[in-house]
Amino acid sequence: MKLTLKIWRQKNARAKGNFETYKMDNVSPKMAFLEMLDALNKRLVEEDKDPVAFDHDCREGICGACGMYINGHPHGPIPAITTCHLSMRYFKEGETIWVEPWRAKSFPVIKDLIVDRTAFDKIQIAGGFISVNTGAAPEANSILIQKKKSDDAFDSAICIGCGACVAACKNASAMLFVSAKITQFALLPQGRIEAKERVRAMVEKMDEVGFGNCSNTGACEAECPKQIKLISIARLNREFYKAF
Amino acid sequence: MGKLNSKIPEGPLATKWTKYKASVKLVNPANKKKLEIIVIGTGLSGAGASSALGELGYSVKTFCYQDSPRRAHSVAAQGGINAAKNYQNDGDSTFRLFYDMIKGGDFRAREANVYRAAEVSNEVIDHYTALGVPFARDYGGTLDTRSFGGVQVSRTFYSKGQTGQQCLLGAYSSLNRQIKKGNVTMFPRREMLDIVLIDGKARGIIVRNLLTGEIERHSAHAVVLATGGYGTIYYLSTLAVNSNASAAWKAHKKGALFANPSFIQIHPTCVPQLNEFQAKLTLMSESLRNDGRVWVPKTKGDIRPANEIPEEERDYFLERRYPTFGNLVPRDVASRAAKERCDAGFGIGETGLAVNLDFRDSIKKQGKDIIESKYGNLFDMYKTITGIDSYIEPMRIYPAGHYTMGGLWVDYELMTTIPGLYAIGEANFSDHGANRLGAASLMQTSGDGYFILPNTISNYLADEIRVPKISTDKPEFEETEKAVLERLNKFISIKGKQTAASFHKRLGKIMWDYCGMVRNEEGLKKALVLIKELKDEFWRDLNVPGEFSELNQELEKAGRVADYFELSELLVNDALDRKESCGAHFREEYQTADGEALRNDEEFAYVAAWEYAGEGKPHILHKEELTFNEVEMKVRSYK
Ligand SMILES: Cc1cc2nc3c(=O)[nH]c(=O)nc-3n(C[C@H](O)[C@H](O)[C@H](O)COP(=O)(O)OP(=O)(O)OC[C@H]3O[C@@H](n4cnc5c(N)ncnc54)[C@H](O)[C@@H]3O)c2cc1C
Ligand code: SF4
Ligand code: FES
Repeated sequence: MKLTLKIWRQKNARAKGNFETYKMDNVSPKMAFLEMLDALNKRLVEEDKDPVAFDHDCREGICGACGMYINGHPHGPIPAITTCHLSMRYFKEGETIWVEPWRAKSFPVIKDLIVDRTAFDKIQIAGGFISVNTGAAPEANSILIQKKKSDDAFDSAICIGCGACVAACKNASAMLFVSAKITQFALLPQGRIEAKERVRAMVEKMDEVGFGNCSNTGACEAECPKQIKLISIARLNREFYKAF
Repeated sequence: MGKLNSKIPEGPLATKWTKYKASVKLVNPANKKKLEIIVIGTGLSGAGASSALGELGYSVKTFCYQDSPRRAHSVAAQGGINAAKNYQNDGDSTFRLFYDMIKGGDFRAREANVYRAAEVSNEVIDHYTALGVPFARDYGGTLDTRSFGGVQVSRTFYSKGQTGQQCLLGAYSSLNRQIKKGNVTMFPRREMLDIVLIDGKARGIIVRNLLTGEIERHSAHAVVLATGGYGTIYYLSTLAVNSNASAAWKAHKKGALFANPSFIQIHPTCVPQLNEFQAKLTLMSESLRNDGRVWVPKTKGDIRPANEIPEEERDYFLERRYPTFGNLVPRDVASRAAKERCDAGFGIGETGLAVNLDFRDSIKKQGKDIIESKYGNLFDMYKTITGIDSYIEPMRIYPAGHYTMGGLWVDYELMTTIPGLYAIGEANFSDHGANRLGAASLMQTSGDGYFILPNTISNYLADEIRVPKISTDKPEFEETEKAVLERLNKFISIKGKQTAASFHKRLGKIMWDYCGMVRNEEGLKKALVLIKELKDEFWRDLNVPGEFSELNQELEKAGRVADYFELSELLVNDALDRKESCGAHFREEYQTADGEALRNDEEFAYVAAWEYAGEGKPHILHKEELTFNEVEMKVRSYK
């Protein structure tokens, strides 16, 4: 396939960025999107030009490192996958593809497509844990949990911390991300003990690091590669009101 | 062999660890705060160690190169984590888990360490459960388990196909708790580029801040490497693409012996290569072999779609060759059997480098719902990558580089041959011998980090309490930093034409072809020549655009590939030295009449621990003889 890429290039956090145009020939539909960027970068380095910087690691949709807008969609136009899982078979011959970093006040651009997501870690540090010291845990089967509850907790626990929900939201809200952790722990007896402190601390930190409010648009759910459900935000709100 | 004192405690195997803990030197709580420990890595081993050391009250500084500790490669583990809970009443015990690992490792691991890993496995499961890790459960609310390659009991705890993610997020949460308490300071996006020794002891590290390019010095009373494995030496592997050996290699060049480097596990069930720019090979969890049957057509070049090939024309080669274990034979056995069929011309797909993994019979027997509940996310992932629906058609799989049993040599206390330098998790060599059993790494990395290192490190630190905070102005820091800068400058000043990744890819191909699933003397010798040529070309024709004083991903890659060239040579030499076949190390010259690995216990029942002797000089081999008191060394048979 032949394609045209319009990629956001920005030297560093202070620099003004702009879109650069790159022509790609010979793109195989069997390539992954990031492999296509690898091919572009190979060419750029061979021409002694600055390659496009982007975050990535596992390349199998689980580490949460990758993430960019592709044609206006966080992680690209295909629902429920990460950027690294996006295949070129979804693009058409001759297509122009727009590639940009996450845009959110709390995720400042570092270079090109790399943004700073440490705000997410700060929220988790504030309360995203159960306080148990190594060695102090009871025998695992002494905590019985309904299978359904445990499965539901798992469905929230699979958030990969990619930030697509924030990027998708017009208010740059991190509610889906926070609600995923809150839901996981709220459903488990181990997590109930500190439930109040946790939700207060995480929500407070979320506001402090500058994420916006939720206006129930649902864009986050639509773009979340792990299909974290909007109802977890409702649970977060419930947990939050219960905490005072 | 004064270098190798494995410090295995006296006494019966089953009581060594308890006795060790009861007699180890302790550090008084008031002194712990004054002792600083650097932990490099935030996988299960590093995050676990940082959390546990923080809980004990030490001052911990933790580093990783990802933007967040939550992204360490452990996050990608799929299938599960073992423990000897015997919840199924199927005859499991600490001893059986130990025995399975010793046997699975083809009698090339140290008894005492393996027994201890099995011993702490139950505590690991208790701990993760308490941390809120949502392991799969049965309807009565108890934890569920499944069986995993190479064993006949069901002892693998799991969270669908995302066990590594769930355990790592648990470990990340315990790490966060210590960060909040101020016991751990986290330094993400830092790459350790060298280790600093003062009077022969590990006292600090030099790191590059990957965002700014700044070089930083950090000091401590002890340094812990939890930096993972080096399976990406093959370029294409199941590991996260940024995984690398540099931290371990730097430690090695400073005096830490490197053990069994050529013991690398090739995983049988991975998505085959689809295009020439492929960056990684995705693993399809081994748990799939519980319900999937592996086969190729009985006729060469049969290009009919799999579903059109009738039952009698299918060769279920694992079931045929290994009737007892069938599709659940250990990984090395399954990988070689698949390679054998493909090399013989029975492989499927465009490249002929693939075999079928078929769920038809299980779906018929158990129903699609059950299969979906067990493996739904794996089927989804396979479809995302290939576009194929494996509820209808079999998956296509092929082996890929996966796990490095080799690593830094450590003693019973997990200390390397450099005093004060520890290696935990996949970065050390200790528990898996020549082949790792499924779900035994998450168990070992977690055990090392949470339960073992925090106990053993006090034995060293107890004698360090009078050492004040170490100044980073010392000449040793100065010199090490200078050497690091020189090397970075060297990469930038070559100004050649080729990318680091393109060299990595070519190196990986050499390693895969000559030092992969099967090896022989001729091929290994040829590899040494090819590696040398490519390495020279690398230092002549590499191009790294930009500066080192800025975010520069090409520079990061160049450093890692440069180290891989050096490690490759050692790896091949290790494979040459070991004139036997054992576990994942299969030398064609040493096999039985029916093509199984032929061990030579008389001559090779040792750990090969290699000492760096200086630039351009051959490594020096130290042998740690392995003795087996509790188990009989048997031919590993899965027939
Ligand atoms: C696809 C896949 C699936 C797997 N599934 C299973 C499974 O089901 N069960 C099982 O038991 N095992 C499994 N394994 C193996 C297991 O996941 C790993 O062996 C284990 O997670 C390694 O953990 P670790 O803590 O040693 O290191 P890792 O998790 O690899 O972490 C390494 C850490 O070190 C840091 N680091 C490395 N070098 C540097 C440096 N120079 N400077 C700074 N930081 C550095 C990294 O940032 C990272 O934080 C699987 C492996 C793969 C590849
Ligand atoms: S909620 Fe979804 S989109 Fe948001 S960080 Fe988690 S996985 Fe990514
Ligand atoms: S690179 Fe890990 S999720 Fe995409």
